[in-house]
Amino acid sequence: MAEPLLRVDQVSQHFGGLRAVDSASFDVEAQSITALIGPNGAGKTTLFSIISGFQTPTQGHIYFASQNITGRAPHLLARQGLARTFQIVQPFVGLSVRDNIAIGAYLRHRPREQAMATANEIAERLGLGRYLDRPAGTLTVGTRKRLELARALATSPRLLLLDEVMAGLNPSEVRDLLPAIRAIRDQGTTILLIEHVMQAVMTLSDRIFVLAEGKIIASGRPESIVDNAQVIEAYLGEGAALEYGKSGRAS
Amino acid sequence: MKALLPVLIVTAAIACIPFLGASNVTLNFLIVALLIALAGQGWNILGGYGGQYSFGHAAFFGTGAYVNAILQVRYGVNAWLGFVAGIAAGALVGAIIGSLAFRSGLKGSYFALVTLAFAEVLRIVASVTPITGAGVGTLIKLDLRPEAFQFQSRAVFFWIILVLVSVSLLIAAWLEQTRFGAWLTAIRENEDSARALGVDVFSVKLRAMILSAAITASAGCFYAQYFLFVDSTIAFGSWISVEALLGPIVGGSGTVLGPLVGALVVRVLGEAAKLVAGDAPGIDLAIYGAALVGVVAFAPHGIVGLATSLSARLRSRRSEAMAGSVRHG
Repeated sequence: MAEPLLRVDQVSQHFGGLRAVDSASFDVEAQSITALIGPNGAGKTTLFSIISGFQTPTQGHIYFASQNITGRAPHLLARQGLARTFQIVQPFVGLSVRDNIAIGAYLRHRPREQAMATANEIAERLGLGRYLDRPAGTLTVGTRKRLELARALATSPRLLLLDEVMAGLNPSEVRDLLPAIRAIRDQGTTILLIEHVMQAVMTLSDRIFVLAEGKIIASGRPESIVDNAQVIEAYLGEGAALEYGKSGRAS
Repeated sequence: MKALLPVLIVTAAIACIPFLGASNVTLNFLIVALLIALAGQGWNILGGYGGQYSFGHAAFFGTGAYVNAILQVRYGVNAWLGFVAGIAAGALVGAIIGSLAFRSGLKGSYFALVTLAFAEVLRIVASVTPITGAGVGTLIKLDLRPEAFQFQSRAVFFWIILVLVSVSLLIAAWLEQTRFGAWLTAIRENEDSARALGVDVFSVKLRAMILSAAITASAGCFYAQYFLFVDSTIAFGSWISVEALLGPIVGGSGTVLGPLVGALVVRVLGEAAKLVAGDAPGIDLAIYGAALVGVVAFAPHGIVGLATSLSARLRSRRSEAMAGSVRHG
């Protein structure tokens, strides 16, 4: 089997006495959509920060395209083709949508005309075309999420880390975004996503890893995850799997 | 090219002023205003576009002024060379302060305080070391020859400072068209996002600081050459740090013409206040304070920002009216 594009190897992150991430290991196959799920506070976002270079882990290593990238600065990782979005969207509020996306595009396209053209093209792809001249600060939450995605995509990443891009969207917005994300993968970008919107996780993912209290407790294809007793307990509490099983049988 | 046009028009218009029979007093007033605009444009590169608010641009202004003066007086260096050396020295000081401050991740008010501290340290050092003339200051010998960068006519000084200002305006206009400028603005807006998108925040900030310091240092070099005298309070005093940031903020920080417009407005207000109130000490500072409060309260993007948003509103109203008349017609 080919070497995975991203390999997280025994990564731990301690904040004082708190183990936010506890020797978590998983990997992301090239050209796949992989999801990282888990209850609130499981350490998903911390793990994202570590992978994208915003934090250096207390222990463990991150390999990207077979290279050890542990603790490498975010801007260097972006140049190597690793892009991320932020769970709490961080647009450049004073700039227009076009300029926001262009900041990402400048990474691969130094001339202004090229960066702007790339920004226009990506905006069209993600349905942001009619907002191009609007200041980013005036957008709705749903549009801001798409802008966050567009900006990261503009850096032409090999691996895209999406931190809850569906959160706060209404069902029709989620429905619109699903094919867009699948299209990004089909054009050659591998995707790792953190998501709470289960509809999205189940329909998009090739593989799911479940993180609870900093540990990876389960992994597999979407169908196998929904029936996993450990996963259900992590979300709903101890004994829940048994209850769920009973009622499931009853109905 | 299109982006540079407004700069060239404004410069050409101002360049005609000496032909309109402006008195020496008027020219002197304009030279000082342009000097402030130049120092302000330096501040604007770092503060306006990059969002790194320096309270200590006196450090660069003073370095330019002193290096230019000392090289001439103590080492017999040609004034034009001294001028260039002064700019280079200012850039070097910018590189040193910038790499220390940005390497340690200082932002916002911490960055402002550290720059202020550097300027103050330089002021105190300059007021006691022999090479700067200590408390007495450094006097450049009167030598009214173009080779010595000294001119009989104030108009020549006026045109020289105007050229410097227009170069600084062109640099700002160029900045708005380049990747470097876009990255600098991105850092102002959100540093984490910029990093995630591949911006080397430290290097962009540092380069902006060097450019900014060089421009403000050129204002210092010109000051020394025009007044032929430098002492520690003139060179490194907080007056120039305040003037350098007041102009851009009043005029519109992060815009090409903001520092120039702001410097002219602030200076005119200051002079007008002196005419009304006589030479009451501190009246100009009180006026500056009032102007600053007014701008922050009513036009947070400065005069240039206010003008742009007003014209945008006017245009949209006009197009609405037009659409309305079409509908009714």
